[in-house]
Parts: sequence; C-alpha cells; structure tokens
Amino acid sequence: MKKTWWKILASVLVVYTAIAGLLFGVPHLAILNETIRNLYFHVPMWFAMIVLFSISVFYSVKSLSSKSEIDDIKAVESVNAGIIFGVLGLITGAIWAKYTWGQFWSFDPKQNFAAISILLYFAYLILRNAIDEEQKRAKISAIYNVFAFPMMVVLLFVLPRLKDSLHPGNGGNPGFNSYDLDSRMRMVFYPACLGWILIGYWVYTIRFRIRNIENKQQHN
Amino acid sequence: MAAISNKITTIQQFKHAIFINKSIFAVMQLAKEVKYLIHKEVLLERRSKYTINGVLLYVVSTIFTCYLSFVSLGDKLTWNALFWIIMLFASINGVSKSFLQETKGQQLYSYILASPAAVLISKTVYNTLLMLVLTTIALGFYTLVFDSFTPPDMVLYYVAVVLGSVSFSTVFTMVSAIASKAGNGGMLMAILSFPIIIPVLILLIKLAKNAVDGLPWENSYDEIAMLLVVNVLMVATSLLLFPYLWRD
Repeated sequence: MKKTWWKILASVLVVYTAIAGLLFGVPHLAILNETIRNLYFHVPMWFAMIVLFSISVFYSVKSLSSKSEIDDIKAVESVNAGIIFGVLGLITGAIWAKYTWGQFWSFDPKQNFAAISILLYFAYLILRNAIDEEQKRAKISAIYNVFAFPMMVVLLFVLPRLKDSLHPGNGGNPGFNSYDLDSRMRMVFYPACLGWILIGYWVYTIRFRIRNIENKQQHN
Repeated sequence: MAAISNKITTIQQFKHAIFINKSIFAVMQLAKEVKYLIHKEVLLERRSKYTINGVLLYVVSTIFTCYLSFVSLGDKLTWNALFWIIMLFASINGVSKSFLQETKGQQLYSYILASPAAVLISKTVYNTLLMLVLTTIALGFYTLVFDSFTPPDMVLYYVAVVLGSVSFSTVFTMVSAIASKAGNGGMLMAILSFPIIIPVLILLIKLAKNAVDGLPWENSYDEIAMLLVVNVLMVATSLLLFPYLWRD
C-alpha cells in the first residue's frame, strides 16, 4: 500500500478527469465551443512528456559519472515513455487544430517545434541502435541526450515566444492563459496534469522493470 | 591572539594567491595548447588542401545546379531560403570532416598532447575560420549567379552569414565528435545534427529575412542576441561533455 498509493491516485485522477472533462460545464467561447474540453487531454500530454524527458536527462548525467547500466536503461526507457506522450500530444493537438483552425497541420510554430523536438529523441534512439558495444552506447547516447536537452528547451519554451502563434497565451505560459481562468476548468485541468504525469511515470517504471528483467535474463 | 589570526589571514591570502596563479597558469596552458592545435590543423590543411577545396567545389557545384534548375529566382523569400539550405548541407559536409576524417593515430596524438577542452576549442575555432571563408565565397558566388535580387541591407545579411558560420561550427563540431565515436559516419551525422540545428536555422533565416526586407537594425537585435545566447549555451554544454566523449 505504501508503494502503490500514487498509482491509485493517478488512476483515480485520470478517470475523474475523463468523466468530469466530458460532463462538467465549460465556458462557451466562439470558435472553440465544446472543443475546449480537449485542454484536459492535450496539454497534460506535453507536461508528462517534459517531465519524462527531464528524468531521462537526469539519469543520463548520472550514468556519465556512475557508468552504471541501470541508469542508462532508466534514461532510455524514460525517453521511450516520453515519446509516447509526445506523439499523443501531437495527435490530440492536430485533431483540435482541425476543428478550430481548419487544418490538421496549420504551420503553427508550436506545432512545428514540438514535432522537431520529438525528432530529436528519435535521433537519440537511432544513435543507440547504431552502436553495438553496451558501455560505449551508454556513454555516447548519454552525451547526445544532455547535449540535445538545452536545444529542446529552446525549441519548446523560447522560440515560440519570438513568433506569432495560433496557440493562445502568446507571451504567457501556454497552459495558464485566459482559457482556464474559469474556476470550473481549473478543477479539472490541474488534476488532469498531475494524473497524466503520474501515469507517465508509471509507464516509465513498468518499462524500466521489464527491460531490467530482460537484461538479467540475457546475462545469465 | 591577534598575531595568530593575522598569520591565518596571511596564509589564506597566500593560498588564494596560489589558487589564482594556478588558474591563470591553467588558462595560459590551455591557450598555448589551443594555439598549437589550430596551427597543426592549418598546417595539415595547407599541405593537403583537401577540405577547403573539396567543400568549395561542393558549394559551387550545388549553387550551379540550383541555377541550372531554377534559372532565376523571382521571389526574395525563395532566394533567402535556397541560400540557407545550400549553406546547411555544405557546412555539414565541411565541418563533419573535422573528427570523422581523423585517423586513430591523429586522435591519439592530440589526446596525448592536449587537454580535451583544448582539442574541442581548437577544432571549433578552426571550423569557424573554415566556414567563414566558405560562406563568404559562397555568398559572393550566389549573388553573382542569382542576380535577380540582392538584399538591400548587405551588411546585416553578412552579419547573419557570419553568425551562421559560427553556429554551424559550434553545433556540428560536437555532433561530428559524437558521430565519429559512434563509428558510423555520414548518415548518423546528418540525423543527429538536423534536429539540433533547425532552431538555429530558423533564427538565422528570420535574421536574414530582416536583411532581405531591408528592415532597420533595431528589429534584428532580438535574433542576434538569441543566436549569441544559443551559441554560448552550445559551447558550454560541449565543453562540459566533451571530456567524457574524448576519453575512451
């Protein structure tokens, strides 16, 4: 029970946001109409992705000094889990864009840069596949991961500010803008973020444990 | 009591002075190594003249191919975009030589002689010089061939080109080191460097577009500052990470 409370919390929160997000009242805004409910699903994906990629960089730095295989597996599995959330964020965003902006891909800077930052992590995974020797792979991919992370921060948080975006809250924090000033939406939005971040972390721990067992079997 | 505390402070001052002396010595040593390594690079290049001539021919043939296929560029945005695409590929080819081309023996030579920081700095500086020569000649040839349009603010355009050479060499030097250690040359270099260089390229194209539109300089300070910050960031992370990569 001690170890599973956060998993229960995550499940409860996500189930709650799925029900409340679809049923609770939302402000009626022009163009957006009911699609505003997508805020509860689209934005938390990005938060979960950023948290998972940060975990990955943390373990990459750690593996550079500790040279332990466990840290390397943690780094790569959090990238794997993060990419799932990044792709889901792109898909939910594209669907939302279709109904509000008219096209799935609207040449919006944030959309483009998010896609590029996912490319960055695909490149990381391909770099890993290119190297056979395990220790060398751990070292070189950790270096690339740490090298690429500041660029991802620039891509996702700095560059969109310099450009006109179709996204709301230009110049402000993208998640906390005029949309969820409505207190009813806050009641769902914040739990949704926390819930999806925890779910993301859960996915990562499961992936890590599976990979760890596979690794042990290989060595034996 | 006073005498003792006096003595302690003098000892501390002494230690402090030694520390400063040591760090000055370290910096001077680094500068010496960097100077030596750059000299070595230039000497090797002057003997073989392979990289500079090869990349120059590459750029000129690319521009000429573009000229033959486009004939003339009516739109100034296309003019700008095409130049940067050509520069991107040319610089990937030019800079990737720095680590990928080196033999095991050459790497061992600089490994024994110099600190990792000196190796990285010297390569970056050398690549920047190489890129400056290359981009200047490329820009000249490009404006010569596609003469339907010339940017009204050529100075600002050249500033963008210089910043471009610096950023390309800071990013690609580190990526080519990673790709060469991964032991899987050309394709890996392209895959790894594209996502990293795209944000820089977007800033560069925006800056160059300001020059193409002939906007006053005040409008471009944001981009110039941003590019400088990104470069400092890249050099700092490279310097932190390179020692781990260099040690095999």
